[in-house]
Amino acid sequence: MGNESVVQAKGLVKRYGTKTAVDGLDLDVRAAAVTAVLGPNGAGKTTTVETCEGYRRPDAGEVRVLGLDPVREATALRPRIGVMLQSGGVYSGARADEMLRHVAKLHAHPLDVDALIERLGLGSCGRTTYRRLSGGQQQRLALAMAVVGRPELVFLDEPTAGLDPQARRATWGLVRDLRADGVSVILTTHHMDEAEELADDVAIIDAGKVIAQGSPEELCRGGAENTLRFTGRPGLDVASLLKALPPDSAAAELTPGAYRVSGTVDPQLLATVTSWCAQHGVMPDRISVERHTLEDVFLELTGKELRS
Amino acid sequence: MTSTTGTSGTPGTYTPKPGAAPLPRMIGAQAALETKMLLRNGEQLLLTVVIPTLLLVLFSAVDIVDTGDGKAVDFLAPGVLALAVMSTAFTGQAIATGFERRYGVLKRLGASPLPRWGLMAAKTLSVLVTEVLQIALLTAIAFALGWSPHGNPFAVLLLLVLGTVAFSGLGLLMAGTLKAEATLAAANLVFLLLLVGGGVIVPLDKFPGGVESALGLLPISALSDGLRDVLQDGASMPWGDLGILAVWAVLGLGAAARFFRWE
Repeated sequence: MGNESVVQAKGLVKRYGTKTAVDGLDLDVRAAAVTAVLGPNGAGKTTTVETCEGYRRPDAGEVRVLGLDPVREATALRPRIGVMLQSGGVYSGARADEMLRHVAKLHAHPLDVDALIERLGLGSCGRTTYRRLSGGQQQRLALAMAVVGRPELVFLDEPTAGLDPQARRATWGLVRDLRADGVSVILTTHHMDEAEELADDVAIIDAGKVIAQGSPEELCRGGAENTLRFTGRPGLDVASLLKALPPDSAAAELTPGAYRVSGTVDPQLLATVTSWCAQHGVMPDRISVERHTLEDVFLELTGKELRS
Repeated sequence: MTSTTGTSGTPGTYTPKPGAAPLPRMIGAQAALETKMLLRNGEQLLLTVVIPTLLLVLFSAVDIVDTGDGKAVDFLAPGVLALAVMSTAFTGQAIATGFERRYGVLKRLGASPLPRWGLMAAKTLSVLVTEVLQIALLTAIAFALGWSPHGNPFAVLLLLVLGTVAFSGLGLLMAGTLKAEATLAAANLVFLLLLVGGGVIVPLDKFPGGVESALGLLPISALSDGLRDVLQDGASMPWGDLGILAVWAVLGLGAAARFFRWE
């Protein structure tokens, strides 16, 4: 089960006029996991997801979703996937429960609609029609519509954009429950914390290509240097410290008494630093390890900041 | 209704169990929702119910337009029935579908198990249901005003169906190619122009000769003229008008199928 792919894309290209939105993208998405497609605005996230959903016909390359061609085998694929668009998708005059019940009716074995409404806090929408719902309510309704048909694979395009922290956590909670029950989830986001919190796998997209893919831990470890900081007496012999450290490390006194060691920060390195300090009669105060975040990885790979 | 799968948060609640509902149930549900949206929309009701009813009552009671020999209602009822068909199949459908396209409703439903042709079938069904309600109401009012229709009911049905197809094609063409706001404006303008120039309440022979023959080729003129030939004058089958409607139906649906954009 765990090694199965739910999405396989090879050399995907999609152009709009002269603009190339997706440029030879390769992507492999595991089953029963949460995969975050991370990238800045305009990187090609939505185009990639919409190609998987069957909305876009690729100009080159191949995509298989649950083993099917999303355009040619759409009839077989559509009942098995759940789709949350970035915005809209609901009749402006429809009430939240009405629309959700309608989507449920299009499926053979839908979820219990009332339980889902309660779960996502949509009960308070009452008789309000879609156009008068708050942005957060509209987002949660779109999420509910994506999962109500009990799909195998759910696509969520920026599911928490514009949500307040509480609604955001409710969405995250539902995504975790989906994964626990064996649903595969693909979500796009430009929030690093969302990818770090939720995703088993992260695919970083920039300029229409996947430039890195792996678990958040793998991505943060791979290639990225980590940092260890401590404070102590000013004017310690940094050269002697450096000699004790593995060859790929660096050490510096940044301001008097504030030291930074960078390199592969693992338990071994930490032990080396503390024993060096013990030998030199130094009490390493405020010793801290800074792990690279996805944000740092992203910056290193793309040279760009993510908008958050 | 939906199956109960345990309360929220219970493990197994979301275990995949995908599947499309049976096609007739999907189309039925879609048609029911579309009809509900239409009946809930005030502007749509103004167009499809209030305006045709007011025109029928007002112009039957007050002699504003010279409708020729005979009772005014015998001239007006067929025209107002034609107007009712146009208001639902063309104007209402164009505006509703245009905004559904704009707000991503068509796009979202495109990812659901309901096939696109199923969505179109549901829209047609919803238009037909609305027309049945309109025609029932307008016919009852016309009878109350002393209407005495003649002719072949089958010919009337054929005219109404062909008219619906022709107007639906044109409405969907507009909704699927123009921006929603442009559709809103254009569909209302066309409604108004055809109301005046399509033989609905003003007889076409009030217009100069050349203009009259050009106006006679419009789908609304063909529909109102055909209905009048049958219902007022007892003609058996108005082939000329049916032919004009058939041409519009082929052109409209053909162009809509070719140019309709879902997003």
